[in-house]
Amino acid sequence: MASDVNTDVIRALDDFVLERSEAVPAVIGRHEDFLIVVGLGGTACDVGAVTGDAAHVYSLGGAMGAACTMGLGLALARPEKRVLVVTGDGELLMNLGALATIAVMDPPNLSILCIDNGHYGETGWQKSHTSLGVDLEKIASGAGIRRTATVAQETDLAEGTRLLREGNGAAFVLLRVKPTEPPPFRRNFDACSQRARFHMALAAQGVQR
Amino acid sequence: MNEATIRSPADGWQNELYDLLRRHDVTQFAYVPDAGHQILIDRSLNDPDVFSIPLTTEEEGVALVAGADLGGARGVLLMQSSGVGNCINMLSLIKGGRFPFLTLVSMRGDFGEGNPWQFAMGQATQPVLEAMDVICLRVERPEDVIPTTIAGLTMAFKGQQAVAVLLTQKLIGAKPF
Repeated sequence: MASDVNTDVIRALDDFVLERSEAVPAVIGRHEDFLIVVGLGGTACDVGAVTGDAAHVYSLGGAMGAACTMGLGLALARPEKRVLVVTGDGELLMNLGALATIAVMDPPNLSILCIDNGHYGETGWQKSHTSLGVDLEKIASGAGIRRTATVAQETDLAEGTRLLREGNGAAFVLLRVKPTEPPPFRRNFDACSQRARFHMALAAQGVQR
Repeated sequence: MNEATIRSPADGWQNELYDLLRRHDVTQFAYVPDAGHQILIDRSLNDPDVFSIPLTTEEEGVALVAGADLGGARGVLLMQSSGVGNCINMLSLIKGGRFPFLTLVSMRGDFGEGNPWQFAMGQATQPVLEAMDVICLRVERPEDVIPTTIAGLTMAFKGQQAVAVLLTQKLIGAKPF
């Protein structure tokens, strides 16, 4: 009975049409404008292809579900910086409560970009809940995040970019992309050296610890 | 009145504990509501100089205080022993990144517990934390709360270790049933 899911709500594949290798750089824009926390899996490659192995990016290789609240702690600590969390549909589904916590704190400098390909790409392309009817933008909105958008077509990209960069409260952008392999990128799996490097990058910008 | 009852929170060490954390520049107080931490939570809510962060699950707090450190701030996670079980995989981030980590854990399933549901996680709290390389400091007497927390603050934020201060039921009393 494995196929006995609610077929009425299975999202049509033509909802996932954007090429991730084009849409992710387009929606992020100038990545140096952010401090970035990126979650594990293909999402880390999506971001790595844009930023390289850079000091202002903290890239997770495990601790699934950490990205959103790690970004929250960072945003509260550095109110003068814009913090961008990039996460995937699988990781966000693991810790949906983080959206509620972020909505309650509503930091003006925190934006979340969820790259939603509707699948668990790393584990064999099993469908995720977002292919089966779950709408993460509605969940973010229902959690209380006031500024949300879904980017599913090229014509939506500009609005997504604007939302990540502007405004006076937490923002959430769901970027729906084709379920294809992420761009090739050799990820940095050293959590400790990334931390030290991140601190040095902030110090170089004159941030006092 | 029940023989084993929660000691009055007016005992004093809770307020002293909050002042101590503030003197050590803790500015992010993350918590899942818990009676044992009520004064710390209320003080943080009323303190305009800190962030008081209600979590939906304790593991959010592990990632949150790591993010605070990334930005040069200090956070503390306030939780009950049952919440420790929710944190385990997230502690990979603390261990791998060698993030300073301080949590204050109010114990259940411990000395004088009357609720059978609390024993599984209460008794597993310390072994499970130690399995993830979190150093556990148990407190049983009111006069030990402040010195132990000072030790924990030093070990976490200067020594770059992960530390749990376990506020045992000998200290805070068992909830009467």
